[in-house]
Amino acid sequence: MKKFFKRFSEKLVEGALFLSSSVTTFVVLLIVIFLFKEGLGVINEKTVEEGFVIAVNKNNRVNTISTEQIKNIFDQNITNWESLGGENDSIILFRIDDISNYYSDEQLGDTLQNIPYCISQLIDSIPEIIAFIPEKYTSKEFKGRVINSDIVTVSDFIGGKEWFPTAQPSAQFGILPLILGTLWVSLGAILIALPLGLATAIYLSEIASPKMRNVIKPLVELLSGIPSVVYGFFGLIVIVPMIQNVFGLPVGETGLAGSIVLGIMALPTIITISEDALRTTPREMKEASLALGANRWQTVLKVTIPYSASGITAAAILGIGRAIGETMAVLMVTGNAAVIPGGLLEPVRTIPATIAAELGETAHGGLHYKALFALGCILFIMTMVINLIVEYISSKRKTKVQ
Amino acid sequence: MKGKKIKYMKEALAFNLFRLMSLVVIIILFSILLFITVKGISVISWDFLTSMPEEGMTKGGIFPAIIGTLILVTGSILFAFPIGVLSGIYINEYAKDGFFKRFVKLMTNNLAGIPSIVFGLFGMSLFVNTLDFGDSIIAGSLTLGILTLPVVIRTTEEALKSVNNSFRLGSYALGATKLQTIRKVVLPMATPNIITGLILSIGRVSGETAPILFTVAAYFLPKLPSGIFDQVMALPYHLYVISTSGTEIEKSRPMAYGTALVLIAIVLIANLLANALRRYYGKKVKMN
Repeated sequence: MKKFFKRFSEKLVEGALFLSSSVTTFVVLLIVIFLFKEGLGVINEKTVEEGFVIAVNKNNRVNTISTEQIKNIFDQNITNWESLGGENDSIILFRIDDISNYYSDEQLGDTLQNIPYCISQLIDSIPEIIAFIPEKYTSKEFKGRVINSDIVTVSDFIGGKEWFPTAQPSAQFGILPLILGTLWVSLGAILIALPLGLATAIYLSEIASPKMRNVIKPLVELLSGIPSVVYGFFGLIVIVPMIQNVFGLPVGETGLAGSIVLGIMALPTIITISEDALRTTPREMKEASLALGANRWQTVLKVTIPYSASGITAAAILGIGRAIGETMAVLMVTGNAAVIPGGLLEPVRTIPATIAAELGETAHGGLHYKALFALGCILFIMTMVINLIVEYISSKRKTKVQ
Repeated sequence: MKGKKIKYMKEALAFNLFRLMSLVVIIILFSILLFITVKGISVISWDFLTSMPEEGMTKGGIFPAIIGTLILVTGSILFAFPIGVLSGIYINEYAKDGFFKRFVKLMTNNLAGIPSIVFGLFGMSLFVNTLDFGDSIIAGSLTLGILTLPVVIRTTEEALKSVNNSFRLGSYALGATKLQTIRKVVLPMATPNIITGLILSIGRVSGETAPILFTVAAYFLPKLPSGIFDQVMALPYHLYVISTSGTEIEKSRPMAYGTALVLIAIVLIANLLANALRRYYGKKVKMN
């Protein structure tokens, strides 16, 4: 009986342990579900604000107006119907607030009950008008014509060149500038961090005395634990003004500042991982090289580095992955302009920074909210791919070492 | 003879270049620490640590932020430590090499690689909105806990791996069951390493900002929370707020330096504590 209990409790414990070990899988699954559930909602949504429509005179020849065109019309970048395929007439903009320019308070009625009628008549009487009005005013007697609103397509989302989610009347959800911004900043960071980090790793594993190593290693470890917001703060106080002075820029918050801060943050990761990789080189190999008359530098160059190349690659890719996902430091120093970066000396905006900066202001379940979750999905996919590449490289490496 | 000379000149050149670059790295890293410490140390006082922020966060202290961070760290480790340690034990001691083990490890690595802002989105979607916790300590703690989970699992795994297999075999030979072996032999030997790893992970969690942005952190809340469904202030978010969007950024600079120093101090203390533990237990194990 006692033996049975013992066995039973062993199995019970094993079961509990098994359940715990599947928690991570479960969580990853949940993350995917929740992220994509909210994020995919942005596709095929109308870009015109909910409850509003765009209407024109019914004799207007223009049938469809794209989201981008709507924005350009209301920003007065497009001012003639001809460029949209209509008559050669200038466009007259009408927003609901403009109604008092056309009608007196008396005409609108005491309780504004005549507004729908007035708008309908106005649109009927001005052939060049384009109106952004509430949907409820477009009832049966409405004499204008409602333009079917564009929807957010996948290619609009990924290939669109403008990110302006709060634009009225038509929000812009092109994430191309954000993707490019993220890649620019991350590549800049790795270009700074990789040479310095690799040099330090080689110094630590091949050149430094054990005493020196024992001093530097803990410092590097300590710095990998410092919160990103502190690095961001340092960047904001020291690096941003420095860049502003050195390059004589109006603002120092640029892609370069982001790259430098991220580069500094990536240093500890790159140093640690590449040093580990360098140290796995078997002693016999190095000794054989030295015995053949090669000096230490030749040994490092011809034996140690080629042997640990895959580990160093993994370090570099992992560094890029970290840089892509880094939020706070980048948010604080890059200036956050959502335009396609023309160079590292201009403000840029990355995907994580966009999410962090904008999510707080969005309405739950709204189009903007969903668009930010879609950004999260893109970020998730990017980092997942990077992880899998690292995983692949290191699994190959393991078989090689064995 | 000449070739030999060139060979050694090249070596000297390369090695000195590496020394120089390492020096640059060390100077950069060290100057960050030094800068924050020098600027922040004059701000730190008993008052700064124990009083409420005042006058639009330009005066007073950071007491609620410290308490908030403490609560969040505690909440997240209550979730992550038990599950993480148990999970690590299963992966290293029970799971057989094969598809399941590889899959679980892959998932753990993937979870570790997800950017912290994505955890923030997830926490907001699941805990704040779907489960309707609102912006609350429980939502923030769970989000942070999930973020820490892979770190705890890996730490435990590494610690268990470092226990020599002959101890397990010796225990089996004495007739102990698997569970007894793990409880009486493996775990006691691995505990110091597990604990050091856990302490380091506490240092990490206390500085995370992105996951708490939308799940718990309050912009300005000069009182202590009364339950797990309240919002709290937190140190990293507080630093972000007063250095970028406070009412008077220049005036709140000293507060920002002080907060940054406190954050660094937490990481530093965690590191020192971990190192001390490692050394203490290292000696003890050797003596036995």
